[in-house]
Formats: sequence, C-alpha cells, structure tokens
Amino acid sequence: MIRALVRYVDQRSGGAPFVRKALRYVFPDHWSFLLGEAALYCFMLLVATGVYLTFFFDDSRSTTVYHGSYKPLDGQSMSRAYESVVHLSWDVKAGLLMRQTHHWAANVFVAMIVLHLLRVFFTGAFRKPRDLTYLLGIGMLGLALIEGYAGYSLADDLLSGMGLAIGYSVAISIPVIGAYLAQLIWDGPYPGSAAFWPRLYIAHVLIFPILIALLLTLHLVLVASRHHTQFKQSDKETERNVVGVPTFPGQTPRSLGLMLSVFGMLFLLGGLVQINPIWLWGPYHVGDGTNGAQPDWYLGWLIGALRLVPSFDVTIGHYTLVPNPFWGGALFPLVVFATLALWPWAERKLSGDRAFHNLLERPRDNPLRTAIGLAIVVWVFLVFMSGSADRVTVLFGLDYTQQIWAYRAIVVVVPFVVFFATRRVCRELLAGELVEAWREEAEAAPVD
Amino acid sequence: MTKLKDLLVALVVLALGRKRPPRPERDDRIVEAGPPSRGAENWVLVLFFLATLAGAAFIVVYALDRLGSQTQWLGLCIGLAFMLLAVACMVITHKLVVTEELVHEYPDTEHADEQSKIEQIVEESGSRFTRKRIVTLAGLGALGTLGLAALTPAASLGPVLDTEELYKTPWRRGKRLVDEEGKPLAAHDVEEESFYTAYPEGADRELMGSPVVVVRLASREIVAYSKICTHAGCAIALYRKPTFAPTQPKPALVCPCHYSTFDPADHGKVLFGPAGRALPQLPLLVDGDGNLRAAGNFSGPVGPSWSGVRQGGARS
Repeated sequence: MIRALVRYVDQRSGGAPFVRKALRYVFPDHWSFLLGEAALYCFMLLVATGVYLTFFFDDSRSTTVYHGSYKPLDGQSMSRAYESVVHLSWDVKAGLLMRQTHHWAANVFVAMIVLHLLRVFFTGAFRKPRDLTYLLGIGMLGLALIEGYAGYSLADDLLSGMGLAIGYSVAISIPVIGAYLAQLIWDGPYPGSAAFWPRLYIAHVLIFPILIALLLTLHLVLVASRHHTQFKQSDKETERNVVGVPTFPGQTPRSLGLMLSVFGMLFLLGGLVQINPIWLWGPYHVGDGTNGAQPDWYLGWLIGALRLVPSFDVTIGHYTLVPNPFWGGALFPLVVFATLALWPWAERKLSGDRAFHNLLERPRDNPLRTAIGLAIVVWVFLVFMSGSADRVTVLFGLDYTQQIWAYRAIVVVVPFVVFFATRRVCRELLAGELVEAWREEAEAAPVD
Repeated sequence: MTKLKDLLVALVVLALGRKRPPRPERDDRIVEAGPPSRGAENWVLVLFFLATLAGAAFIVVYALDRLGSQTQWLGLCIGLAFMLLAVACMVITHKLVVTEELVHEYPDTEHADEQSKIEQIVEESGSRFTRKRIVTLAGLGALGTLGLAALTPAASLGPVLDTEELYKTPWRRGKRLVDEEGKPLAAHDVEEESFYTAYPEGADRELMGSPVVVVRLASREIVAYSKICTHAGCAIALYRKPTFAPTQPKPALVCPCHYSTFDPADHGKVLFGPAGRALPQLPLLVDGDGNLRAAGNFSGPVGPSWSGVRQGGARS
C-alpha cells in the first residue's frame, strides 16, 4: 500500500528525494517555538470560517428595514450590511458560531503574532541570517492589524461606524496628502459613497488575506531554508549543528495536536463566549455615538495614544498643517513599527556583530537589547492601558482627567526607568552566573 | 440479541485482539525502535471514539430545530471533537512515537562559488551592448512611465485634489431644526441639563454636516453645535456624564471616543482632551411658531480637521 502510493507520486513528481529530506527535517524543541505555528493555525481557521461568512454577507450600505427574529430591532432602518450580519447571527444555523469563532480567531491570531514577535526579539532570533524572515513577520503583524480592523468595520454596527470615523480622521490628518488620500479611499467625505463598502469588503476578503498569505509563504520558505534556531541546552547544540526531532514521526503529531487544539479552543470560545454582539450595539448613523466604546484589543494602543495626546494642532495662520489625530493614530504606530523593523540593523551597528547566528540568546545575555525591548514594550503597554481610563472612571470612580494627566507623565518617565532597571538586572544575573561558575570550578578542583 | 452479541464481541476483538504478526524487522532501521504501549493505544482508541461521538453530536444538534442555546451546543460539540483529537495526538506524541534526537548540520551559510557564477552569467549576457548606461536609463524611463500610467486610473476612486466638499453642510439661514422623528424642535421644549440631537429639515442625515446638539445654558440661552467631534469624527454623545456629573465642574459636551471636551458656553472651546479645534457653532433663531431655525451656517468647518483645513465659516 505505502510502497504503491510512494511510487505513484514519485514517478509523476520526482519528489521522493525532497520528501525523504523533508520527513527527516529537524525541529529543535522548545514550547516558545510553537507560538508562530499557533498563529498559522489561527490564520487557517480565519480563512475557513471567513469563506463561510462571505456566503451570507451583503456588502451594501443602502438602507433596508429589519424584520428578523431579533425583535428589539424590528422595524428599524439599517444598512443591508448590518442587516445581513444580524440575520446571519440570529437566523442562520451555525451562523453565529462561525461569526464568533472568526472574531475570536482574529483576536488570538494577533495575540500569537505578538507573543511570537516577543520571543524572536528577546532571544535574538532575528539576527543574520534571519533578519529578512523577521521583517516579513513585522509586515504580517501590520497587515493583520489592518485586516482585523477592516473585518469588524464591515458589520456596520454602531461601534464599527465609530471606528471607521476614527480611521477616516487619522487618514485625513496625514500632513499634506491626508485629505486627498482619504477622499480617494472613501470616494468623498466620510461616510463616503456607495462605492466605499464594496471596497472595504474586497480589501478584507481578498487583498489583505492574499498579502498575508504571500508574506506567510515567504516567511515559511525562509525559515525552512535556513533551518530553525535553537537554545544551547547541551554540548550538542552548536552554531553548526541543529538538534531536535524529525518532522516525521516526531514533530507531526505534535504539530497536528497543536493545530487541533487551536481549532478546538477557538470553536469552544466561538460557541460559549459571546463576542461583539452587534445586535445590542444597533445600526450606525453618522449622528449616533455611544459611551464605553472600545476596539478589539490589538487596537487598544492606538485608542490610548489618541486619547493621551494633549490638545494641539500644528497651524500656519488660519490653516491647519498637522491635525491632532496624526500624532497618536499615525505617528505613534509608525514609530513603533519602524523601530521594530529597523532593529536588526540598528543592533548590528551598535554591537558590531555581523556574524551568522543559529544559537539563541537568553534575554540576560544581551542586556542592551533586552532593556531597550522591554522599555518599548512597557511604553506601548502603558499607552494601551491609558485607553481604558474611562472604564476605570466608570467602575472605580477615579477622576478621568487626573488619570490622563498621570498617564501623560508615566508614559514618558517609566520606559526610561524600565530601561535602566532591566539593564542592571541582566548584568547582575550574568555576574551572578560568573561567580557561580568560579565557585563550582574551585570546589571541583582537587584539594592538595 | 445474538447479532448484538456478535457485534460486541467483534468490537472487543477489534479493540483488544492481537494484530497480524508484524513484518520482520529490518537491520538498517531509519526510525529508532521503541517498545509498544498497548495502554496508550487503548487511550487513543477511546479518544478517537469520543471525538467521533462529539462530531456526530454536532450534526444532531445542527439538525434539531428550535433548540435553545443551539450556538453554545454546536460550539461545545465541535470544540470538544477537535480537543479530543488533539489529546489523542498528544498521547501519540508522548507514548506511541519515538522521540528521536537527530543532529543535523545547518545548511551552508553561503555559496561563494555559485554567487560568482551568477554574477558572471549576468555580466556576460550583456556583452553585446555597447552603451549599457543609456539603454538602462531609457528602459527604466519607459517602465517607470508605464507604471505611472498603470496607476493613473486609481484617480477615478474619488475626487482628486479637491477638498471643497469637506467644507459643505446642508445648513443655511432659515433651515428648521427637526428631531429624530422629523418633528420641529420648539425652543420652549429645550430644558437645562439635558441634551438634544437635531437635524436640518429635509436633508440627508448621513452627512457629517447634518447632526447638531442643542443645549440650554444656565443663562437660559439656547446654543447648537455640530455633533461631530473636531478630533476624530465621532458623534458627541455625552453631556459630561459619566466622567462627571452633567454640570460639574461646568456643563460640557464630550465625545465618547477620546473624551475631547468642549465648552458650550464659550463657542465650543476645547476644555480638555485631544481635539485641536473648537466645536463649530450653529447660530440659531426662533421663528414665529417658537421653533428653532438656523440663522446661518457653522462657525467653522465641520468634522475632523484635515491637513490644509482653513479655519472660519462652513459653506452651504
């Protein structure tokens, strides 16, 4: 049986030597190496559930009157887009399961990418020859953020409408070209013409998924052609030798198990844990807004940044050059992404290290990188936290304006404190290890 | 009954019975050998069986009409089916598949020889050209222009280099203010410490220039402002609450997106938050029937600021 199948495929593809090599390709073993893989499985489930959703979604903002089984909205005027999503959620069997699973998968997808990025950053896995692989990963993170935003904007509920208004405002705030750019995208002033909704739809279901899939393929090809990095766990792991389990049989059930548990977890979440109940938010109209609006978690850092920036526009005479949303909504993410993207080259300049690296470092092994990295993480995290100050006001009664003023100070000061503290801790840990090594050496030495 | 017994016996034999004797071991194994583990195999069988049940349950739940919490049951069934298979994979990983530790060499860091060959091929291929630079420039010029030409149709996506539309609103002198149901807003209905949304009578409500908020100040004066925040385009939906009581420290219009706070008693001046421009005010008058009407257009452009926006009046 096996022999016949292998022969059939080899005679027609000539692939036997490649398959044999691939079966015995070596995977170094560490739990943190599975984060990127988990993100890949989220993407697969996103495509599968997303395709199902397209069979029911209507990409039109023309108005209709709702008469479905969700009675509180009965008789309300709404867009066909919103109506189709409410219909999918209430009147299509398994529709809500697919929609919620899709939404959960998007949230977990970005979370896994971010965790994977942190692992790669703090262990120095991005160093030559994997800097290009890293850059493709950063690109995918950016695309995933836009893709997720486009996705939850499509539902055209009250929250997604407010989100789109903010996106539009950030777009037109880009110096010089902003107003022209935004009007091209929206086909006129917000909320745009009838052409805008199909554009948003095709971006979400075709353009961005294809871009992500393209970068993903390149990313994986580069990973495989340079092989995985590894931690030094014994004398066997060196810069020249990779140690681990083979694809088959060792790695295959591990990866399959991970894939199945990612799918299982996401379906359990999609079935049991409610997410984005758009029928409660109601349809969007330009003149409507609601309090307590929060985006999906991965845009929390941007809402925080938009809220933290003090009131000022850059003006020349009676003209505004740089409107306020540019700082928090465009410049801030641009700085963070540029820093991440350029880091491998910056580190090469700072350290003068241009060698090939296959062995990973522990965070403490590179105090400067770990300190800068943690300072950036804390910076972004504090901005993220400031985005929930309004919830803190409502829940705990803390004054909102005082919180914002406190955050404005904290986000500037704390990253520096974190930088120096982290560098110190790393150095102390290394020094401690050195002392320990000497002690062991001395104890092992024969007493004369 | 006997059929059932036969079936049960068959199942037991299938699960516990000994398989065909395995093929004789080769001397030159590629995959390392390991001892069998019948206990783990039994677990895998049980897990596969349960996953089958969960998968079948999904189909049954789907087929049932008018089932309460159907979404939850569906999610539970399919989620469990996947999780049970995942656990089976983990048992296989740890108990039934040998954990080999292979040591391979990393691929060569580079192939200097091949690199120089590629370089040589490229260089030699162009040896018949005598004026390489000018040909390259001309080629790049042609390609670049073609690329530009290919991008040009993108200009059809929307208005090109034209921001005139952004200044326009449907308001003009004499336009009546109507509420969400389209009823005219009477001045004496506007009470203090409350907040009213109004639209221009007969105009498209889905324009940023349409919705206004109307409030009565402590001075008994009624004022109206654009409902669209000048920071990021959300609708002003709060009158201080919930971050403050409506009149504390003084009444203010607040956008729920980023908490830009505007002073209705002082021409929409920014009190707090990120907005960089005052909220455009709509001048009001009261007509003979006691209804509110616009006395002109807004005091400034409506909606979020754009790069190049001119302060001053909006246009009808």
